[in-house]
This record gives sequence, structure tokens and C-alpha cells, in this order.
Amino acid sequence: MACKIIVFVKQVPDTKNVTGQAMKEDGTVNRAALPAIFNPEDLNALELALQLKERYNGYVVVATMGLPSAAGVLRSALSRGADEAILLTDRALGGADTLATSFALSRCAKKIGNFDLILCGRQAIDGDTAQVGPQIAEKLALPQISYVEEVLELGDGKIRAKRAIEGGYEILESPTPALLTVIDSNDPRPQHARLLMKFKRAKTPSEIKAEGGDDAAIEAAKAKGLLIGEWAAADFIPADEMDRVGKKGSPTNVKQIQSVILTAKDYKKVEPTADGVAGLIHELIADHTLG
Amino acid sequence: MSNFFSDNKDLQFTLKNINLQEVMDLKENGYTENQKFDDAPVNYEDALDSFERVLDVIGDITGERIAPRARQVDEEGPKFENGVVTYHPLTVQNLKDLRAAGVMGVMLPREYGGLNYPNTIYTMMTEMVSRADASLQNLFGLQDIAETIYEFGSDEQRAKYLPAFATGEADGSMDLTEPDSGSDLQSVRLRATQDENGNWFLDGNKRFITNGCSQTHLVLARSEEGTSDGRGLSMFICSKCPELVVRRIEHKMGIHGVATAELQYNHVPAELCGKRKMGLIRYVMSLMNGARVAISAQALGIAEAAYREARQYASEREQFKVTIDQFPPVYDMLARMKAKLTASRALLYETTKCVDLRTCYVHRSENPATADAASKAAAKYYTEVAATLTPMSKAMSTESANQICYDNIQIHGGTGYMHDFDSERLYRDVRITNIYEGTTQLQVVAAIGGVMKRSLDKMMNELFDAIPETDFTSPLKAILKKEYDLQHEAVDFIAEKKDPDYHNLRARSMVENETFLFVGLLLLRDALKDSDREAVTERYILDGEKDFERNYKLVMSDDRSVMEKHRSIIDY
Repeated sequence: MACKIIVFVKQVPDTKNVTGQAMKEDGTVNRAALPAIFNPEDLNALELALQLKERYNGYVVVATMGLPSAAGVLRSALSRGADEAILLTDRALGGADTLATSFALSRCAKKIGNFDLILCGRQAIDGDTAQVGPQIAEKLALPQISYVEEVLELGDGKIRAKRAIEGGYEILESPTPALLTVIDSNDPRPQHARLLMKFKRAKTPSEIKAEGGDDAAIEAAKAKGLLIGEWAAADFIPADEMDRVGKKGSPTNVKQIQSVILTAKDYKKVEPTADGVAGLIHELIADHTLG
Repeated sequence: MSNFFSDNKDLQFTLKNINLQEVMDLKENGYTENQKFDDAPVNYEDALDSFERVLDVIGDITGERIAPRARQVDEEGPKFENGVVTYHPLTVQNLKDLRAAGVMGVMLPREYGGLNYPNTIYTMMTEMVSRADASLQNLFGLQDIAETIYEFGSDEQRAKYLPAFATGEADGSMDLTEPDSGSDLQSVRLRATQDENGNWFLDGNKRFITNGCSQTHLVLARSEEGTSDGRGLSMFICSKCPELVVRRIEHKMGIHGVATAELQYNHVPAELCGKRKMGLIRYVMSLMNGARVAISAQALGIAEAAYREARQYASEREQFKVTIDQFPPVYDMLARMKAKLTASRALLYETTKCVDLRTCYVHRSENPATADAASKAAAKYYTEVAATLTPMSKAMSTESANQICYDNIQIHGGTGYMHDFDSERLYRDVRITNIYEGTTQLQVVAAIGGVMKRSLDKMMNELFDAIPETDFTSPLKAILKKEYDLQHEAVDFIAEKKDPDYHNLRARSMVENETFLFVGLLLLRDALKDSDREAVTERYILDGEKDFERNYKLVMSDDRSVMEKHRSIIDY
């Protein structure tokens, strides 16, 4: 069977290499000081999509919402084997919390249409909320399987997937279309040299115009399969829902951000005996660390 | 964890400054392939940009994925049961990652699924793979086999074998060595015979065959009955089959990750590759020259890993209340290691560039559509230069790498002798590099002709002319100029003697001195492009000056006593 898979990905600051300049004085992330990378678990989601593409003759559409520079992760996805890429970029989409983001992405999925699966990474390393994937599913009224390690079977209008649970795993079956959030359970493929050399030339219409290209250049890029789709808010958000995206659609407000530095002042030795451990547990219950 | 390309300043400097414009202009034939292949470059800058991006991907794979697996691969290695070799699961994963990156046919033309990259860029990948896991290079490096089939095979053979090589589905081995034919390949005995229909069959044994369990074998065999020298040998292609038996795999000191096999050929069906009788004298020499470049890069990669281990350990290990890198004997050792490493890299990539120019001009001069006097002259020139530089680079790179790995253990002290650190693995892995694909002694034999013929004089004179006199360059240039004159004197001295034994006895000193001189010039040229390189350049030239002088004195001494008395010494 052929299947169509949408993968939502995010360009994030590389929090693995945090330096002294990682935060601004107002407590927000200094994106300029951190290199932008492909969110790691989104790479796992893409890898799963590409494996399904190979198994079931699939078609993989990758979409991201972000600044124009987020086209970089889309080129990277194309160089790994994705078939199509769409950048959702608009000032009206900016400043979104997870609610507004998931709303926008749900409308993006609707416009793409006719899909069997939506795959998301479990969470992004900049916010670590793990909310966007599940919220997209809710807004589209789709069944969702979170924490997916592996897809066992896809076809006949259903999917069987293995998901991680505390202390083990469970296998769930769901009708499709469905949304899956994927954990770090596979080994994302690297960019393929030949695809990389091809798709380094893939550009959004804005990028082509910024380099002095005209409509003919955009058409030429499209004909070669080197055009990255670029949607402004109005292209996929119905007019009456505009107040549900971007800053307007985001009820979350950052009240204060504190830099908390934990320092160990003292230590206490607990004997590895039943009495020692029991004493420690009582102590932890007493200071409300446990219970 | 790290990216083995982006963390390597010297490698990036090399890519940026090597200037492959002439190579790429020739190789891409006016950059016309872009009409047909959308990954082909449109100009040199585009090609260079692609190289950088792809090298960065390989840097990430080697640093983040392959290197962390290397210790387990070394400890557990491949298995051999019931005649079947099974590679370690992590080695299989390493190959899968490299395949996924599409770099198993780096130099092959695009029509066969390759990247059409020059040897220089392929060698940079080889270096990074080796730094991560030296044994993996022996599998990655088997691309040279596909390259040989491309160069010398028929159109049918190219179409049959090359696409599978390019995707990495097929792997290969070059079956040359036999129990009694190591350095002396002219004495190869494996028999190739034809039946009445003209089909070829192979019978005999091969030994020390890297990846001998492969799908596709290139075999050197005696096709001319009654002959006993190199002119009776031809090259054959055969595939894995029941008649081709893997008898055992070797238990080696290092490069544990790759299987080295003993093979028995029981009437194995085979195809002739290229022309009869050209097997050794043309094809295997070409194959081995390619492999020699690869082993130079393997040694360099191991040396890079060892140098980094040493530097880090010395900066962390405290004795007498200070880190040991503050003690003169230790920092002197580190500085020498770095100078040797940088010098080896400079020579290696100058070599690959000449190899690339040779390949391009040879192709041009052999193609009736492009052959002209200029391309024929260039083909001749670069063939001669590459023939000198390839063995010179292998001798230098592998001997320096051995020294660097030795010093790395020395810097680690007792800790370095233990299994807990990578030092001892690197020391074991590097030891084969100055042995296989021709020992250093044989590299000297291969390079000395070019030294005596002054094959590199043109390049050296151009370098002398191109390097301006500055406060930094003048004293160093003067040292090199003096060495240049002394080397000429030594060449004349040896030539006039017409004494083959003395010539052979002093050949290594002569080749070493040519290396000091040539590489000194390369480093001086490069230091002008980046002043951060001045100190390491000065270190190499000043260290080299003393060694040069010793070698020169040895050559000019006419001391023949070891020739006359070696028996008494050895037998005492």
C-alpha cells in the first residue's frame, strides 16, 4: 500500500553546547549564541517515517513552523530522503505557545490533507513540554499513540505500534489516520551525499527572490523538485481562526524566569543496610521530598 | 563527542587551501554533468562547497557514531565459524551508516552511482574513518577495487559490478599475497587456466587477504604457463562461491575489526580483467598505488587520534603539583608529534592532488577527443611526480604515525600500557601501516628512482620562487636552500659511485632527506597563508635540519663497513 506521512519538525537551539551566553539578561534564550540544530527526537520521527516509506512505498512531507532560517532543517530532511518540504513562516505565527503552535500545525495538516499518519518527535529540547504532538491530535480529533518506539504494522486502515511505558512497553492498535509521537528509539540516518548536494540548492520562494530570482526562477526550481513550499498564515489558517495562532492565540505568559543554581553544601553518608535505607526514607518523607 | 571534520583545524585548512580547481575543471569536464545529474556541481566553488558539506557529514558520523564503537569492535572482532566470517554487529552498523551517507563509491563516476570526487576528498574521508576506527578503514578503503575495475575492466564488467559497489551492497577484496609471495609479488603462483570454451578458472591459495570473505575478488594469478616472473600474471575478477573457501581468519596484533583471511581456490570460475599479462605490471601496481595513499591516510588518522590522546592526557595529568605538559621533555615530545602530524598531512594531500592531476591528464591523453601534446606532457609529468610522492608519503606518514603512537604511550606512562585507555589499541593498529601495501623498505625502493632523477626539483624550484623573503621565511628558506644544494651533491655522489649495494644501503637516508626538504617547503608555503602555522613550520624545519645533516653525513661518509662486516656482526 502507498501511504502519506506528515512529519512535523522544529529547528531548535543546540542546548547540548550551552555556553555562558546561552541566556539573555532578561532570562530568555539567546538564540544567536547557540547554533540551530534539527530537534533530536524530530530526527527520530523522520527516521521512522523514512523507514515506513521504504516498507510501504510511502510519501513523506516534512513541515516546520519558524523563522525563514528554519528552511535549513527542511533541506536537511530532504537530504535524508523526505519527498516534500513546507515552511510555515509569518509574523502572525510568531510568539506562539504550545496551544497556538499545535493549532497552526493542525491546520497545516488539514491543508496537506489525505494523510495516513502524522509523526512528531516526543518533545523539543528547547521547551521540553511534549505537548504539541498530542494537542495536534486533539485538534484534528485523531487517535494518538505517544512514546512510540517502533511501528509493527501499517495498513488496512490501522496501525500497530510499540510504545514505551514505565518499566516496559505496550503494543497498541489504532485506526488511521493517527498521530504518533516518537522517542529516541532508532538511529536517524545521516544526510546522503548525493541528496545533500542536490537539495543544498532547494529554496523557498522568498530565498529565491532574496537572491534576485524572479517567478520564472521559482518555476524552474519547482520543475527540478528544488522548491521548498512556503506558507504564510493566510495560506492555511482560515480567516475566522486567525486569532487562534501566534501570540494572540497563546494564553501562556512568562511571568518570571529565574536562574536557579543548585549547589551541594553538605553530604550525609547512609549505610547500605535495611536500617540505613529505612532511616533515609523516613527523613525524605519528613521533609516532603517523598510522598 | 565531536565532529572529526569541524574539530580538525589542519584538515579544514587543507581543504580550503589545496586548490583543486585544475583537478575539478578537468574531472567535471567543463561542469556539464549538471544537466544530467542534479547533484553535479556547476562550477568549482559549488564543488568545494559540496565537499565541505559532505566532509562535515562524515566528520559527524566518524566522531559521533563510529569512534565510540571502536573499543568494543577491537575487543570482540569478527567471528569465523564453519567457513563463514561474520562481522561484529557494530562494524556492520558502521558500514550501514557510511552506506546511508552515500559514500561507498566516492570516486566512481555518477553514471555508476558514484560521487565523482577526486582522490583528495576521498582520502580526507579515509583519514577521518581511520581516526575513529582504523580497522574500518580496511573495509571503507576497498573502494579502490571498484576504482580499479572502472579503470581497467570492460564496459560489461563496469556495468555488472560498479553500481553495487557504489551503493555499498557489494564489497570487495584484492587477493594478491600468497604464502611465498609477499613483497615479491612477481612470484605469485595461483594458477589461472582456460577450458576449451575460453572460460577461466583459478586454483591455488592466497594468504593475508583483507576482507577475504568479500563478494567480489580481484585476483592476481599466473595465466601464462611456464612463466615465473611478473609478465606471466593477469588480473581476474571472481565472485564468492562454494569453490572459493575461506580456510581461516588470522589472529592479529591490531586492526581487529576487519577479517584477514586465508583463501583456497578450488577451480573458481573467473573473468579476465583488462589484458592478459598486464596484471602485475600495470593493474596491480596502479591498485597498490591507490592503496598506498589510503594507508598513508589510515596512519595519519591513527596518529591524529593518538596525538589528541597525548595532548589531553598531558594537560590533565598532574605530577609534582603541575600538569606534565609543563615539563620540557614532555612538551618537546608533544611539539615533535604535532610537527610530524602536520607535516605528514601536508605531504599526503600534496600527493593526492598530484595523483588526481595524474588521473585526469592520463584520461585526457588516452581519450582521442581530448588528447593533445599538452595533456600528454602533463600526464607524463604527474605520473612521474605521483610515482615519487606516493611511496614517499606512505613512508613518512606511517613511520611518523608509529612514532606518534609510541610517544603517546610514553606520555601516558604506565596508564598507557593498560587496556583502559585507547593508547594501546592505537599502538597496535598503527603497527601494520608501515608493513602492508609495501613495507617502508619497499617504499624507499619505489621512491629512490625519483629522488635520483630529481623528479621533484621542478616543484621545489617553483616553491622556492613563490615563497617571499620575510623575517619569518628567510632563515628557514636558507636552511632549505642549503639542504637542497647538499641533496644535489649527495645525489651526484651516489650516482657517480655506480655501486648498487651502496645505493640501496643509503637509499633510505636519501629519501628521508628529500622528504625533509620537500615537506619543509610545503609547510613554509602554507605558513604564509596562516600565521598560526608559523611555529609548527619552524619546529619541523629546525628538527629536520639536524636529521638531514646526519643522513647527509652518512651518505657522504662512504662508510661501507656494514656491507663488509654485517655477517660477522649478525652471527656473533
